[in-house]
Amino acid sequence: MENFADLLQYLISGLTNGAIYALIALGFGIIYNATTIINFAQGEMVMLGAMCAVTLYQLSPSLPLAFLGAMVLVTLVGLVFERLALRPVKDPSPITLIIITVGGAVLIKGVAMLLWGKDAYTLPPFSGNSPLPVGPATILPQNLWVLGITAISVTGLEIFFRFTLVGKAMRACSYNPRAARLVGIAAGRMVQLSFGVSAALGAGAGILIAPLTLGVYDMGTMLGLKGFSAAIIGGLGSLLGGVLGGLVLGVAEALATGFISSGYRDAVAFLLLLLVLFLRPQGLAGGRK
Amino acid sequence: MRRAPFLNRWLFFALVVAAIAIFMDHDYYYTLLNFIGIYTLLVVGLNLLLGYAGQISLGHAAFFGLGAYTSGILTATCGVNPWLALVAGLAVSGGAAFLIGIPALKLRGYYLAMATLGFGIIVYIILNEAQGLTGGPSGLTGIPSLALGSFALNTPRRLYLLIWITLGLILYLSANLVDSRTGRAIRALHDSEAAAESLGVDTFRLKLKIFVWSALYASLAGSLYAHALNFIAPASFGFMFSIKLVTMVVLGGMASIWGSLLGAGVLTVLPEALVVFHDFEVVIFGAILMVVMIFMPRGLVRGILDLYEFRRYKREGGVVSS
Repeated sequence: MENFADLLQYLISGLTNGAIYALIALGFGIIYNATTIINFAQGEMVMLGAMCAVTLYQLSPSLPLAFLGAMVLVTLVGLVFERLALRPVKDPSPITLIIITVGGAVLIKGVAMLLWGKDAYTLPPFSGNSPLPVGPATILPQNLWVLGITAISVTGLEIFFRFTLVGKAMRACSYNPRAARLVGIAAGRMVQLSFGVSAALGAGAGILIAPLTLGVYDMGTMLGLKGFSAAIIGGLGSLLGGVLGGLVLGVAEALATGFISSGYRDAVAFLLLLLVLFLRPQGLAGGRK
Repeated sequence: MRRAPFLNRWLFFALVVAAIAIFMDHDYYYTLLNFIGIYTLLVVGLNLLLGYAGQISLGHAAFFGLGAYTSGILTATCGVNPWLALVAGLAVSGGAAFLIGIPALKLRGYYLAMATLGFGIIVYIILNEAQGLTGGPSGLTGIPSLALGSFALNTPRRLYLLIWITLGLILYLSANLVDSRTGRAIRALHDSEAAAESLGVDTFRLKLKIFVWSALYASLAGSLYAHALNFIAPASFGFMFSIKLVTMVVLGGMASIWGSLLGAGVLTVLPEALVVFHDFEVVIFGAILMVVMIFMPRGLVRGILDLYEFRRYKREGGVVSS
């Protein structure tokens, strides 16, 4: 059963990557739901999360502190980004917003290169590095952390958006901002909140994946694009769809790496994106259009 | 617009190009000018699509790369005549744009951005991975220079006239296109697709036409680039280059033919003029994209003129309402 062991191993690594894409896709989805903006700088929040955690860990070697500190820092960056880059925009057409947020992504990446250089940094795994057996394959504790925290985040967000007043208010803003304002919801506050939450999620994804892939200044671009692809594959605006999209994307990539060639891994991801865009632009979960 | 100053502009362009060819004697500057010319070709094409028609492409480097690699592979590996290879490049890029455009241009906004971006990344990966054909990441060498009969265009100075005469023609063609009936339809499309459609514009065909058109410009630029450098590598055709092209469009001004020349010129000369610029290149591109789009969505020149006129208006006691 050599092949079965391989397949299982690819599935495990695919699901782990997929969970990271899912977290990033959630970030895209939350902002999109509150503002109908796609924040192309989302991937850079992932990178910033990883890099800040690495630096904080070097300053004081405590992982929980590094985790929380990095999330707080990146949340601040997300809030500042919304305040400085998006609020002053007078003509919020998609093209303008795409160019501004792409510009923001490039700017953040460039600043990160100046701050951290081009070297890759390591972050120790959260709980050891000894692989656990799963049938004929093995799984790293860090993979379990990724999957577990993603599952908790997804559940938490679903509960937040469905059952809390603030969550409902945010959803109201996405359906109709003017009507939401009329019933007394501070729409501006909700927009800010959405940027803060999604920056925090992105940072979390970055910190989770740093022990597996190292942290580099340019890791955010691809992760961001894949996360957005996951959001589109699942159906833009549907949070659970984004999670589904992320897992599908991660597994497809892992299988492509295993059975075609690792060089074409990214090509498979974007081919999947094009197929979904061309054949089913509303996404697998068929979010509202 | 009156006819005379319009004519003069072209005359001025031709005179400057000719004067440089006669009086300047420095290969380095010719190389720089050739790059500006090639990038301007690309930027004009992208500007037709992005600035005039309002359709974004975040994968424009792909069409540049397809042109360059078709020329490169056909001439260096197969020994085809460079001019024929250039035409083949046009066919490949135009064909690719047509095929990808049919499904992609049905999409709008973010979806279109992601479709073009995805296409660009796939092409980039193929250039890297199909090593037998493209030479892989280390690139394709031995691309011959262009030649007119037995006159080889193998120095920057010789190539300069070809590139800038081509550019002049393309600029002229584009300015006319924009001023034509089709051009007005394109602008209508930019403002409101529904309104354009209700006035009888076949918006989908028009978008496809402009998309293919701009891919052809990019392919032409790619072929010239391959023959100018005699060497190409995938790194020149990646996602970051697509972003650089958008930056050039934005800096020069959306929907401005001459702005394209300015945007390409400034962003080609700056990294050369300031050595320190190199480390900050990415930061500066990002800052330009953001600042110009937030504060001067009509481009740098128009934005500064607007600011100046606004100041003067206020100084003369005009009432400002936001």
